[in-house]
Amino acid sequence: MPAAPAKEPPPKPIPLDNDLVQRLKARFGEAIREAWLDRKQAIVVIAAEKLLEIAHYCREDEKFDMLTDLTAVDWPKREKRFDVILNLYSFAKNERLRLKALAGENEPVASVVSVWPAANWLEREAYDMFGISFSGHPDLRRILLPEEWQGHPLRKDYDILKQDTAWVKENLGIESGQ
Amino acid sequence: MAETRIPNSSNVATTVLGADEIILNMGPQHPSTHGVLRVRLKLDGERVRESECIIGYLHRGVEKIAEHRSYQQFAPYVDRMDYVAAVSNGLGYCEAIEKLLGAEAPPRAKVVRTILTELQRIASHMVWLGTHALDIGALTPIFYCFREREEILKIIEKYCGARLTTHAFRIGGLQYETYDGFEQEVKRFCEDLDHKIDEYEQLLTENRIWVGRTKGVGILSAEDAIGLGVTGPVLRASGVKWDIRKAMPYAAYEQYDFEIPTGKNGDTYDRYLVRMAEMRQSRRICLQAIENIPSGPIMARIGKVLKPPVGEVYHSIEAPKGELGYYVVSDATTQPYRVRVRPPSFINLQAFDKMVRGSLVADVVAIIGTIDIVLGEVDR
Repeated sequence: MPAAPAKEPPPKPIPLDNDLVQRLKARFGEAIREAWLDRKQAIVVIAAEKLLEIAHYCREDEKFDMLTDLTAVDWPKREKRFDVILNLYSFAKNERLRLKALAGENEPVASVVSVWPAANWLEREAYDMFGISFSGHPDLRRILLPEEWQGHPLRKDYDILKQDTAWVKENLGIESGQ
Repeated sequence: MAETRIPNSSNVATTVLGADEIILNMGPQHPSTHGVLRVRLKLDGERVRESECIIGYLHRGVEKIAEHRSYQQFAPYVDRMDYVAAVSNGLGYCEAIEKLLGAEAPPRAKVVRTILTELQRIASHMVWLGTHALDIGALTPIFYCFREREEILKIIEKYCGARLTTHAFRIGGLQYETYDGFEQEVKRFCEDLDHKIDEYEQLLTENRIWVGRTKGVGILSAEDAIGLGVTGPVLRASGVKWDIRKAMPYAAYEQYDFEIPTGKNGDTYDRYLVRMAEMRQSRRICLQAIENIPSGPIMARIGKVLKPPVGEVYHSIEAPKGELGYYVVSDATTQPYRVRVRPPSFINLQAFDKMVRGSLVADVVAIIGTIDIVLGEVDR
């Protein structure tokens, strides 16, 4: 076996204050909460109320023309339990940017479908899996699970073995899908 | 004008129908949908006015499963998403976790990974070409394509023992050394391949029926493609020269010479040409890589128990179908806190409605084929 490579210190989030963040701060002030680098990737935490405006600015002025991904992470112990994550890409700069907006359990988040049409199915998926509602979405329905399903499986308090037994019984005619 | 409202709430079904319009349901069990895709079409005679994809029939909740497995245990699950390109899925996942750990695979592992992933890209494009041509009515290519794909599957099988759901790579490198004669077999296959691709092109590229069925069908402009987040060959056929292998190189791609084929019109024919050219480029990469596989270890020292430091990472690769990304959040335990898969098929399928509006019913089949979806990945 070869010698083990020198142990690098674990990557720590480094505060980020580059031109992009400064421009964002100049324009949106307090709505830009935090910015840091994690594994060399830029993350900017923004106020959920300003999401649509910031998204619009990122697309039009900062040329982040593609919404690569939109998803969420559930932190049930936090006051605002959801991170809504927008992963942006700019063809002109060949750069990625991750926007993070915090949302509480029953707080609707502004839909960005009007900025990036790609958000349509992605927001539906986030709604389906986490129960986050996106205000202004043209057609917010479940996408992977059946429309009548109860519960949102990617929430941390949804057990891995849990299912909507009533739905399974009614539609599949079996006691359990397990 | 008589108006009918059809129950069972959904987008297309609740739209008000004109007297000449009907709703046509296609799938989920339909040979041309390549799995369990259900499409509802609102038709005016032969013309498609609106469409809606109904998906989720193959939903297994891999993202939830990931939260209940250790980092290594989850690796085989990713093979079951895009099951015609399992090697690519594995590469994306392993590299994402390596990035999260701050580790890197040794050079030898990177090159072997590149070779196998490119072979898998060829195999995946073969499946696409065969089935796509079959859908449109060209019966011959599928036999040729599966003949060549078989050779690739044999190489992959000899390497790791599995043909489809391979689990070929491990976090940190490779589990297995290449077998004796690996280089020669890959080389022999690649040398023959150019001529084989010529054969397919002879059957299709200038075939009047093929051209008639694909040219001008399912046009997607570059602007729409970017807005809809479309990636991979579909994006490139619309004229956007963007490939993650070049834009943000991973594995060993930086070392090799290859081009990014693009199209002009963004129609089904261009997507066909782009994928054909891509197979030739993959062959080129394999031939360069096989000439010079560095010696040395195949596994980085990362330890048996993986506890990546707190934080998150997004890593994406150019899978045969487009950008395959993994967004992984770690809370410094042995199990990921969250794994999000950015599936290319799911997001590309969203462009289906844009491509299909105004076209004929018969073209729907061509358009489903040209997006190149795998339902295992759409539904996860």
